[in-house]
Amino acid sequence: MSLLEVRNVDKSFSGLRAVRAVSFSVAANSITALIGPNGAGKTTLFNLIAGALAPDSGTIMFLDRRSDGLRPDQICARGIARTFQIVKPFAGLSVLDNVIVGALHRDANVGRARAHAQEILAKLGLASKRDLPAAALTLPDRKRLEVARALATQPKLLLLDEAMAGLRPTECDQMVAVLRELNRREGITILLIEHVMRAVMALADNVIVLHHGEIIGAGLPGEVVRQPAVVASYLGENSGL
Amino acid sequence: MNRRGALLLAVSAIALIALPAFANNYLISVATLCLFFAYTGQAWNIMMGFAGQLSLGHALYLGVGGYSAAALYFHYGIGPWLGVGLAIILSIALGAFLCALAFRYGISGVYFTLLTIAFAEFTRIGFDHLAWTGGSAGLFLKVAQRDRADLVNLRGPPAMYYYVILALTALACGFSAWLLRRRAGYYWQAIRENEEAARALGINTIRWKILAVIISAAMTAVAGVFIAFYYNNLFPEQIFNINRSVEIILGPIVGGMGTLFGPIIGAALMTLLTDGATELVAALGWNIPGVKQLIYGLVLLAVVVFLPEGVWPAMARKLKLDR
Repeated sequence: MSLLEVRNVDKSFSGLRAVRAVSFSVAANSITALIGPNGAGKTTLFNLIAGALAPDSGTIMFLDRRSDGLRPDQICARGIARTFQIVKPFAGLSVLDNVIVGALHRDANVGRARAHAQEILAKLGLASKRDLPAAALTLPDRKRLEVARALATQPKLLLLDEAMAGLRPTECDQMVAVLRELNRREGITILLIEHVMRAVMALADNVIVLHHGEIIGAGLPGEVVRQPAVVASYLGENSGL
Repeated sequence: MNRRGALLLAVSAIALIALPAFANNYLISVATLCLFFAYTGQAWNIMMGFAGQLSLGHALYLGVGGYSAAALYFHYGIGPWLGVGLAIILSIALGAFLCALAFRYGISGVYFTLLTIAFAEFTRIGFDHLAWTGGSAGLFLKVAQRDRADLVNLRGPPAMYYYVILALTALACGFSAWLLRRRAGYYWQAIRENEEAARALGINTIRWKILAVIISAAMTAVAGVFIAFYYNNLFPEQIFNINRSVEIILGPIVGGMGTLFGPIIGAALMTLLTDGATELVAALGWNIPGVKQLIYGLVLLAVVVFLPEGVWPAMARKLKLDR
């Protein structure tokens, strides 16, 4: 059963077609990776799914209901949470308060939201930093905070926009372990944009390759990296994959 | 709040309650003005300090609040406690209308601020021509006997006004502290810090911004009723003046925006500074025009340069208090 279904979606920015006739689906409980060179339209596609942008044409179905054109907060209420490629922490608030804001979405009681937020911080390895202002965090920690905050809204589908970028290999492996755990234990479906192929290969059940706004390849990770069009436009001949 | 903070708060509260017993009428009037700005600063702080929406037109709610209660009293003898109801309803309606206009057309940031100024200005011009409230010639309430406190009609000696505004300020403080610990407080701060991220976390940012604006507007309108019955006169040129709006926001900016005690400390500093500068200039026998404003400006400049977060956060650190 597919949780998310993107059908024939188009989006242009003053003449530039950022996303062209894109169709794909994300199966429930799966991890799908969206890869492709810079400017391929990956983040635009995310913004369309998350409600930050409305498609020019085409439809997006989530849990068998139309979700395109809804506001971001309505999309979140349906069960889709996202992180931002350029992290957007609530810089003046503490790490814990950042996550409480997310947790309050499902439970208006601050006490219970705080307890829930603390559990999530522990999962992401941020428990010891909960009282620091978010502005004081390093980039890897800010990436973790993005994920923690999104998770706090208790999503069915988690959209991760380059959550691994800028992380060292060991930090990247930690994040991979956390995400796999969330996927297996809690059944959270994950759609991620990622350049770090190490993470993609370790995590993804399916890979979708976007180039110039179009899907040029899709399938199992091991297959996709050998497709000639993907190698030519994105990975290069000597990727070693 | 830690023990030091609780002790300091208790001592300040006792001092404030006891003040009229030791002070003359002049000091009481200075303290009343001080608390008036502490209260209005607290109201403005909910909108800007908590939710990050800059209003430079809070004189609007002050004026509309003052005029509605004063006009009811003047024309029909309806007391201020009922008048305050009308003041709150009208100010909420105006605040909601401003938001509807702004957020419907995606007006935010400085343009939103310009809209708040515009609302205050055209309301001022409207009241200049509204005969029912005396137009530009003003609306005057009868100055009654001042030796007996008549709380029902808000007529009485200076100490009564002092206690009324002291109670209002205490209520505003408690209310702000309560709001900050609720979902509203968290959501407002999230919107202030990053509206896009707040939306992505499921916050209907428009709805919560409107809530901040109307709470702030309603609280400010109550201050308007107070000031109308305290001064017994209202002129559109004064009450709706942009100077009023600026005076309201100086306290929280100097004291520390978004904090609970910043608006109070800031208002106290600014009021004492104004009166202090007058006294100082008189004591020194200087007869230089503009020297008062110069002192005022220099102190403001020093605070902005050296304490950009405001006086209260720095003070709280020095005194090892929680903020």
